[in-house]
Amino acid sequence: MLLHGMLLAACSPLCGFALPRLQQPGPESPHVSNPSSPQVLVQPGAPGEPSKTLPPSTRPMLPQRAQADVEFMQGMIMHHQQAVEMTALIAAHTENKNVRSLGAKISSSQSDEIRFMQRWLASRGESLNMTMPGMPGMDMAGQAMPPMPGMLTPAQMDALRKARGAEFDHLFLIGMMQHHNGALVMVKDLFDAPGAGQDAELFNFATDADNTQRAEIKIMQKMLENNP
Amino acid sequence: MNREKIVACRWAAMAAVILYSSVGLMQAQTPAPSTPAPSTPAPAKSAAPAKAPEAEEDPFAPQPAVPLPPGMTGSDTSDPRASLKPGMYDAGEAASGLKHISFLKKPDAFQITAVSPDDPNVQKTLHQLGIGDTSKMPKPMQMVIAQLAFANSDFAFQGTHLFQGNFYGVNIYDISDPAKTSLLTSLVCPGGQGDVSVYKNLLFMSVEMPNGRLDCGAQGFPPEPPPAAGHEKERRVPAAQKDRFRGVRIFDISDIKNPKQVAAVQTCRGSHTHTLVVDPNDQANVYIYVSGTSFVRQKEELAGCSGETPAKDPNTALFRIDVIKVPVAAPQEAKVISSPRVFIDARTGALNGLNNGGSHGKGEEKPADTNQCHDITVYSAIGLAAGACSGNGILLDIKDPAHPKRVDAVNDPNYSYWHSASFSNDGSKVVFTDEWGGGLGARCRATDPNKWGADAIFNLKDGKLSMASYYKLPAAQGDTENCVAHNGSLIPVPGRDIEVQAWYQGGISVMDFTDAAHPFEIAYFDRGPIDPKVLVLGGDWSAYWYNGSIYGSEIARGLDVFELTPTKFLTQNEIDAARAVHVAALNVQNQERIEWPAQLVVAKAYLDQLARSQALPPKQIGSLQKAIRNAEKSHLNAKKVAKLKTMADQIDSTSATAKSAADSTRLHALSDILKHPAA
Repeated sequence: MLLHGMLLAACSPLCGFALPRLQQPGPESPHVSNPSSPQVLVQPGAPGEPSKTLPPSTRPMLPQRAQADVEFMQGMIMHHQQAVEMTALIAAHTENKNVRSLGAKISSSQSDEIRFMQRWLASRGESLNMTMPGMPGMDMAGQAMPPMPGMLTPAQMDALRKARGAEFDHLFLIGMMQHHNGALVMVKDLFDAPGAGQDAELFNFATDADNTQRAEIKIMQKMLENNP
Repeated sequence: MNREKIVACRWAAMAAVILYSSVGLMQAQTPAPSTPAPSTPAPAKSAAPAKAPEAEEDPFAPQPAVPLPPGMTGSDTSDPRASLKPGMYDAGEAASGLKHISFLKKPDAFQITAVSPDDPNVQKTLHQLGIGDTSKMPKPMQMVIAQLAFANSDFAFQGTHLFQGNFYGVNIYDISDPAKTSLLTSLVCPGGQGDVSVYKNLLFMSVEMPNGRLDCGAQGFPPEPPPAAGHEKERRVPAAQKDRFRGVRIFDISDIKNPKQVAAVQTCRGSHTHTLVVDPNDQANVYIYVSGTSFVRQKEELAGCSGETPAKDPNTALFRIDVIKVPVAAPQEAKVISSPRVFIDARTGALNGLNNGGSHGKGEEKPADTNQCHDITVYSAIGLAAGACSGNGILLDIKDPAHPKRVDAVNDPNYSYWHSASFSNDGSKVVFTDEWGGGLGARCRATDPNKWGADAIFNLKDGKLSMASYYKLPAAQGDTENCVAHNGSLIPVPGRDIEVQAWYQGGISVMDFTDAAHPFEIAYFDRGPIDPKVLVLGGDWSAYWYNGSIYGSEIARGLDVFELTPTKFLTQNEIDAARAVHVAALNVQNQERIEWPAQLVVAKAYLDQLARSQALPPKQIGSLQKAIRNAEKSHLNAKKVAKLKTMADQIDSTSATAKSAADSTRLHALSDILKHPAA
């Protein structure tokens, strides 16, 4: 885990462009107001109900985080890791340009998203992996964990590893569609869980993942139609 | 902002971290080949790629920047904006043509990170979130928690009041003296993203997140208790909540110090943004176009909602926008009156008739269906709306506001997410934005192509859009600065098309797009990154001109106010002419035609432009300037005005031979004012 000061020191010889130079708030800068307190702080009621005035000392609050949020992120990391694993096979298994290009896109977006999810979990002090009571010894391939929706079975993964050329393309597309459809189920389950999805960052992430994967499913459908 | 992808990338720091973690020597970090090797040889594994995954597992560590694709160019790293000092409230600043006249921090009730993570309020909120021991957590991590939950968002304006939306509510400011802007009322009502519009005594607000409550409560909804022993595998009950609110709230702001919620119109996907639509032929009602981009809620919660494909359910809540009709005198009766299928294929009747496959330029076919609009800008004066609809830019005929109909659609191989739109005042151009990376990613680095995450300027003629050019913030930004094209508004400089626009942590850029094929920057303001090591969400969500000032909605820091100052790109006369335009209210996505008063200050702006483009000989410019000065001094006495009229006739004789359409328009407009100058 990074430490604040250490990283700054580590950074200094390398990242000059982002480090302090000449700029300070200039002479023309406006006076910076003190943390502003409004003349009134109100919280409206339900439609038709009166608003209530809050004391100036009021500080923001957030909904309690749901376990479903944490499990969604942990599960989706595992889910995404399998997609990255699948795309890693492409280079050695097919020359199909379209599959290669799609694979590169999926690999890059899912890797980005894995980092986001890890960051979300780490910044909330949560484990990056799912731990199930009484199920020690998880591994990254998910052997000991319950598979997430849409994840390929070990047999499916084996078949994919053995396939080459057109057969690989077909299995890859079928498999990745199954995989992505599983992600849509996971997003739906998240928002179906009481109290889940109320964290703004998580909400945006899940919404984006849903939109992206829907789009990629459509692309894969089209590719399958063209090359069944 | 629409979607999430925080990717904080700093290859250099990452390299340092990898080496540091392995070698443990500060001196050994520098990867430059010229650096002498450490006296003690590093263990073999220290530089081995096998160590890299360990570093990569730190989600806060930077990622290597992807090189520019072949044929693409990036932004300018020598610009002063590329190297500003980081900081929350003490960041370095760079400006050109803009004077920063006021800044107000977010109210305390709208932020957890007052100044530093050590603030007791931060600790309190973290505890509340169930984050127990924060002492082990690096400080930058604490800074990034729940940034979005309190993000400032869009603006609306009315009279001397500014309404600043926030994921957590709305703040209302008094801007009667923009340099002394003050906070009047804070309204706590969470639910994101707090897009706002104002009409007469009504304030509208978008809500999309599942924590939105009818009663504006901040507590959201409680999580499900753990299942009883032996029932772990059972399907849980639906999360339907009768008190949940996702849609458009309506507040009565007759008493600006005590707004009251009078209606809350629920929609299936909530409201990511909304657009106020005023029917020129209907004074009794206004309309709200609702753009929902997130998940479709359960039918148990809101009857009729379905997230199925059109094939499975023709009543799906996907592939549509919603139209709310609001009786102005009885807003409590507001309701959804239609859900136009704006993506329909008119020939086949398929609801998913649009996709983002490239219509111009060469690009990879990406046949993803467009199932949502992100934002819609209406221009009732010309009967059209421009929809920025994820995979497409669309043009809608809105002469019947309750039933908008698509008349054109475009896409672009360089576009990732169609986000927002604005028309030029004469309706001959549309500026679209591409929110590549969802607004939370660093997308203005030198390695990011300047056709990606940029504005796309289209010509609009006879109801058809045609691509003219891209415009992207010219200055390179760092990899801890979220940056991409975002919301802007026109600046009413007569004779030119000028837009001021927010670029998140890229700051504010003022662009001239009079020539659609050659847009260029004429002014800017920028701050350094909030944090040099971690991408902390911030920057300008919106930057809009309103009655003489420019307002910036800074997501993390607060509210900024600016004035234009003259530069070689913009004269004092042009600024004065823009300031001569006054509007009673401004909802940027409900675009209204700018009308300039027939005052000599406006004539002087045209004259400066004609001098700049050399459309008139310097001698004629000089005598016109003199005649205008004399007329002003005389307070428009008859003799001096008669002189102006004579000169206007001379202008008319030359306007036919103007070199450009823009100059021709300026000459006509100048002549009109000189013939009938107003006081």
